[in-house]
Amino acid sequence: MRRNVWLPAFVILGFVFLYAPILSLIVFSFNESKLVTVWGGFSTKWYGELLRNPQILSAAWISLKVAVTSATLATVLGTLAAFVLTRFGPFKGRALLTGMSAAPLVMPDVITGLSLLLLFVAMEQLIGWPAGRGMTTIIIAHTTFCMAYVTVVAQSRFASLDESLEEAAMDLGARPARVFFDVTVPVIAPALVAGWLLSFTLSLDDLVVASFVTGPGASTLPMVIFSKVRLGVSPDINALATIIIAIVAVGVGIATWQMRRGARKNGG
Amino acid sequence: MNTPVPVATSKPWITGAEPPFIRISKVTKRFGDFYAVDDVSLDIYKGELFCLLGGSGCGKSTLLRMLAGFETPTEGRIEIDGQDMAGKAPYERPTNMMFQSYALFPHMTVEKNVAYGLYRDGMKKAEAMEKVAEMLRLVQLTPFASRKPHQLSGGQRQRVALARSLVKRPKLLLLDEPLGALDKKLREETQFELIKIQESLGVTFIVVTHDQEEAMTLASRIGVMNAGQIVQVGEPPEIYEHPNSRFVADFIGSVNMFEGRVTEDEPDYIRLGVADLGGSIYVGHGVSCVLDQQLWYAVRPEKIRISRTRPDKTENVFRAVVDEIAYMGNISIHRLKLPTGRLLSATKANLTRHDDEAITWGDEVWVTWDDTAGAVLTR
Ligand SMILES: Nc1ncnc2c1ncn2[C@@H]1O[C@H](COP(=O)(O)OP(=O)(O)OP(=O)(O)O)[C@@H](O)[C@H]1O
Ligand SMILES: [Mg+2]
Repeated sequence: MRRNVWLPAFVILGFVFLYAPILSLIVFSFNESKLVTVWGGFSTKWYGELLRNPQILSAAWISLKVAVTSATLATVLGTLAAFVLTRFGPFKGRALLTGMSAAPLVMPDVITGLSLLLLFVAMEQLIGWPAGRGMTTIIIAHTTFCMAYVTVVAQSRFASLDESLEEAAMDLGARPARVFFDVTVPVIAPALVAGWLLSFTLSLDDLVVASFVTGPGASTLPMVIFSKVRLGVSPDINALATIIIAIVAVGVGIATWQMRRGARKNGG
Repeated sequence: MNTPVPVATSKPWITGAEPPFIRISKVTKRFGDFYAVDDVSLDIYKGELFCLLGGSGCGKSTLLRMLAGFETPTEGRIEIDGQDMAGKAPYERPTNMMFQSYALFPHMTVEKNVAYGLYRDGMKKAEAMEKVAEMLRLVQLTPFASRKPHQLSGGQRQRVALARSLVKRPKLLLLDEPLGALDKKLREETQFELIKIQESLGVTFIVVTHDQEEAMTLASRIGVMNAGQIVQVGEPPEIYEHPNSRFVADFIGSVNMFEGRVTEDEPDYIRLGVADLGGSIYVGHGVSCVLDQQLWYAVRPEKIRISRTRPDKTENVFRAVVDEIAYMGNISIHRLKLPTGRLLSATKANLTRHDDEAITWGDEVWVTWDDTAGAVLTR
């Protein structure tokens, strides 16, 4: 039974490895001292400082708008893609659609960002839209890769959905569109909420793709942080990072909970 | 037991007094090159409680789903109430279906589940609620109106599903193994409830089941299916006492089946030589057959009488030894071994609580049956 001694040790080691950096960041965000590595007593002053920094506030506002919009768009499009992929049987181009919708999952961010940038430039020259780069292009870019995640989550939910539910609705007089909104969507809603939250946090996190497709005046929060850190880490960045971690953690937590709940209630 | 009689007491399938309500003609359903339903023709009359009975995978659900509109026949034609159903979507058909899995909407309360179909017809809320309340009263679920399906027991869910499919008063209600998930006692109760509901609403029911007792209890008529085909259609006693094939005889109830050859063929009787019995079976009615034709003889266990003393007759009397007795409470099933080694089963009603004289293991007995007790089968 030696394993029982070692197992907890390894688990602890793993957790330390994963979370020690984050923990130290959170701890130092409450540091009184201006020096990032020296503890000078507890204080929340850097959080106050953040609220008085217009650059950070506007970046946070942009990030939030981008995340909400692209998560919503990605959820709608991803759900439709998943619906088509699971329900329409074999059709021409199905394999292509499957591959394409999953591609952004494995594509390196640099390539996604670069190719989207090239696309936007070409489109502007050809049809004059999107005019210049900025928030719109970031939203489009984020929607593209978030949609892939939503598609995967929704697809597995659709596949496990009892089709007789939809047949029952149709049998009771509902046309296919009605069935979709009355039965299909509510039943898979937990998966959709999870997909939305996942997209939201992915968009909030993204630095690389956004840097490629952004334009003047549209800096997202990760971009501002990154540029500030290059000039040296300041404690207010710790505070900001802590807030972001909290938001992401809550998002992922709710997403996981929703998925579990959905699986339990609908019998998987 | 006092069986409530289904609505269709007039038996239009015999009298031909009215045209069939559902007309299934030469319907075939292929999946690839597999025949799930194979050239089925069937007429069902208004107010019937028709049971489709058959083993697993014989195409019962597929036939039902074609009536509901979830599958399109590869060939053939389905008419309901004189209307051709070809090209009609499920939401355009005068049918409702109760699913094997119940298919209750998990995110809606019992009340909303039942009301769903009424709202789809554009019914006003007040009127719909009135109908829902009435329906819930009928299936005794009024106290559970605001619960979600996952807060109900299996039997309650089944009743919600029934209420939901009945509330629109469809011309035809299709039930796919409606009582499959219930335990025996609840099942029996619900069977009688089903018949009562069917009687009071006058809706035509088609019930799919693979439980032959259930079919016997419920049906006005039974259609026995095998490998995509309808093998026999008839009223329960007809199916039980006059099966038209070895498959039906074997599938419904238990039976002793003998293979024999015609040794005497007269207008008012025939005689079958049966090697298994080491003798012959005398059949007390004429059968259209020829000498030396191979036939089968099916006799049900309850038609066989066992006694210690030799019965006072000459035909269909055989010696046997009691091999085993299975006590079932109301009856006992005796397994008897003939001198040829062939086993025979016979049931005996347990008329008294204790019988010192009862036949037991190892007893030498006489077995016999009436010359009209069995069915002669040609296939
Ligand atoms: N969509 C389908 N594609 C291919 N084969 C199918 C399909 N649906 C049914 N089948 C086949 O058709 C046959 C009949 O199926 P069906 O569901 O009608 O059986 P059933 O009589 O209802 O059986 P059970 O009592 O098990 O429910 C089965 O062998 C099944 O495998
Ligand atoms: Mg079935």
